[in-house]
Amino acid sequence: MNLQALKHICLKNAELVDPVAHTRQSADIIIKNGIIQEIGKIDSSFSGESVDCSGQVISPGLVDMHVHLREPGREDEETVETGCAAAMAGGFTAVLPMPNTDPPCDNQQVVRFLKQKAEKELVDVYPVGAITKGRKGIEMAEIADLYQAGAVAFSDDGSTSSNSLVMRYALEYASMYNAPIIDHCEDHKLANQGHMNEGVMSTRLGITGIPNAAESVIIARDIELVRLTGSALHVAHLSTAEGVELVRRAKQEGLPVTCEVAPHHLLFTDQDLTGFDPNLKMNPPLRTPKDMDALMQGIADGTVDVFASDHAPHSLEEKQVEFEAAPFGIIGLQSMLSVILKTVVESGALSLEQALEKMCVTPRKLLNLPVPQIKTGEPANLSIFNPKAKTVLRKQDIKSLSHNSPYIDMELSGKVYGVCNKGLMYINK
Amino acid sequence: MPVSISHLLGLEDVSAQDIGTILDTAETFKEVLERPIPKVPTLRGTTVLNLFYEPSTRTRISFELAEKRLTADTINFSKATSSVSKGEVLRDTIRNIEAMKIDMIVVRHSAAGVPLFLTQCSDAAVINAGDGKHEHPTQALLDMLSLRQKFGSLKGLKVAIVGDILHSRVAGSNIHGLLTMGAEVMLCGPKTLIPPHIHDLGVSVSYQIDQALEWADAVNVLRIQLERQKSGLFPSIREYHAQIRRDAPPYRTTEKEITIMHPGPINRGVELDSDVADSDASIILYQVTNGVAVRMAVLYLLANPEGKVE
Ligand SMILES: [Zn+2]
Repeated sequence: MNLQALKHICLKNAELVDPVAHTRQSADIIIKNGIIQEIGKIDSSFSGESVDCSGQVISPGLVDMHVHLREPGREDEETVETGCAAAMAGGFTAVLPMPNTDPPCDNQQVVRFLKQKAEKELVDVYPVGAITKGRKGIEMAEIADLYQAGAVAFSDDGSTSSNSLVMRYALEYASMYNAPIIDHCEDHKLANQGHMNEGVMSTRLGITGIPNAAESVIIARDIELVRLTGSALHVAHLSTAEGVELVRRAKQEGLPVTCEVAPHHLLFTDQDLTGFDPNLKMNPPLRTPKDMDALMQGIADGTVDVFASDHAPHSLEEKQVEFEAAPFGIIGLQSMLSVILKTVVESGALSLEQALEKMCVTPRKLLNLPVPQIKTGEPANLSIFNPKAKTVLRKQDIKSLSHNSPYIDMELSGKVYGVCNKGLMYINK
Repeated sequence: MPVSISHLLGLEDVSAQDIGTILDTAETFKEVLERPIPKVPTLRGTTVLNLFYEPSTRTRISFELAEKRLTADTINFSKATSSVSKGEVLRDTIRNIEAMKIDMIVVRHSAAGVPLFLTQCSDAAVINAGDGKHEHPTQALLDMLSLRQKFGSLKGLKVAIVGDILHSRVAGSNIHGLLTMGAEVMLCGPKTLIPPHIHDLGVSVSYQIDQALEWADAVNVLRIQLERQKSGLFPSIREYHAQIRRDAPPYRTTEKEITIMHPGPINRGVELDSDVADSDASIILYQVTNGVAVRMAVLYLLANPEGKVE
């Protein structure tokens, strides 16, 4: 692996982008034993190794707060190790694995197992605990225990509790630990075992659709529960125009509601499904161009707080089947930065700093995690990438155990050079 | 005249010219069917695989008969799918097809998109015999042939499709085909059985059967799956019967005689009463005969992409 210890190294001629202060400067960074020793111009007396970073942007390490690492239970699809490899290659120094594993992350043992597995990784792994036992939506999981073992947020991702009282209690209980509830907002009955967005496309293709209301009715319910409890709620993978509007209004009221958008909802719509490609089957489904516009509007006006990939590995055997039999989800760690650069930054909806803020600062703030800074004396937790380069994601470059990606062989924007964290540096070869 | 398509996956993207060619060719095969020995050597040496993942006696027999009338070699594969293993089964089957060097595949499957999937992994010409709720193009072609025979032309014809549109691939293909050929289409049924956003396809919708009957020249009455009631889509069979089925008087007392069609098999007394189904206005049995002719035409045209006739 392309890992090396950050003993004494100089990252030269990079453009440092600080999404907290929204500043940019050209400088060299000298790192000694994993700590930023100096920022400025390289000294002639510098004796360590130097890496030319011309054309590269260096930002504080990016975090993907919505991934599936499949361990424990589906180690054929992804493991903590391979998921972290994909994260590094994608420019991330931290990930939040969702609890829908087998067994689910609804007890201390699974949290400890994940933490222990991640110890040797460059990537920080912050487990998300389940809201309810077995993610069944019926009884609250041991939230305090999970938190004390290292869970930083709670979610039943993959499903939603239809029991509003359970959700109320969970919001209240988790708020004692300042941990947000991340809700996968879907009314499963209304979703009616659909496979794609409900609209003219689902009618044309003869596939059962999932209406926008399956998402927005739960977001509306959850916002009412936030109003009742005052606890923090984060809406996962927001996909509908109605959902954006609900979150926007909740924010205007000052309620502690945040949300994330996944890159694939900014690049594809249900119009792309004419070929029944199972790699375009996700949940929430690809919506209409109108929804995509609403998401972009929400990104531009600050309603959308976070970009998260919803990295969901599935084996070839599971995905290479007829559309209706295929599971939901695509891998996204290695393509996320590129897709965000392409859809959000190149379109001018956000500046590079603003886009990085949604992948670095805001997620950590809402999770109450320390935000890495590029400052003398701070640990080097950095992402290095060239935002101007064009890349094509090749199948052989995928670090995940699964290859279920619609981006394979597509030209995308930006190229990740590497990441630094925990006294280690990784360089994409 | 050749057709520009190499597979028949649906009617959505098939041109009026190709549909016209298929219907004209079907007319000539209809004559073949009326001969004392209704068999031609047109597809001798061509191997057709009938791949039926979903039980369908009528469509399967109609295709098999069409293949035999054309002297094709046929292989029949039918398997009811369990929802868990269907992906596995399909992939393995495709591998086998590849190894067997099949010329044409007639496929019926409960999942939309399977015929397209087959074209991506096999060189054979693929004919969709019904995929999920998506399309059933040969059924729509035989419906159109029957209407063309009765009315002379499809242009300007007013066709109402009545019943469970939501779950109907027959409706899907009929809508595309009829609109392409210049007919007008109205859908009629309980709102819960009409797919959302279907107006965008260029059809009109009515929830009142009387309104549809008043408007229509012909009515294609769809079969209602009795289990739909259990999934809550309408309150009772009794009510459906009372609202949608029309017994003889309303059909007859309208100013004009309305032509009755049904893709079969009929739930007699549910979506259609016997005296209507068997009346002079009904062309249901012509549809069955036309089914064989249309399938012969499709097989013939797709097996002869250059349009060479022996
Ligand atoms: Zn989810």
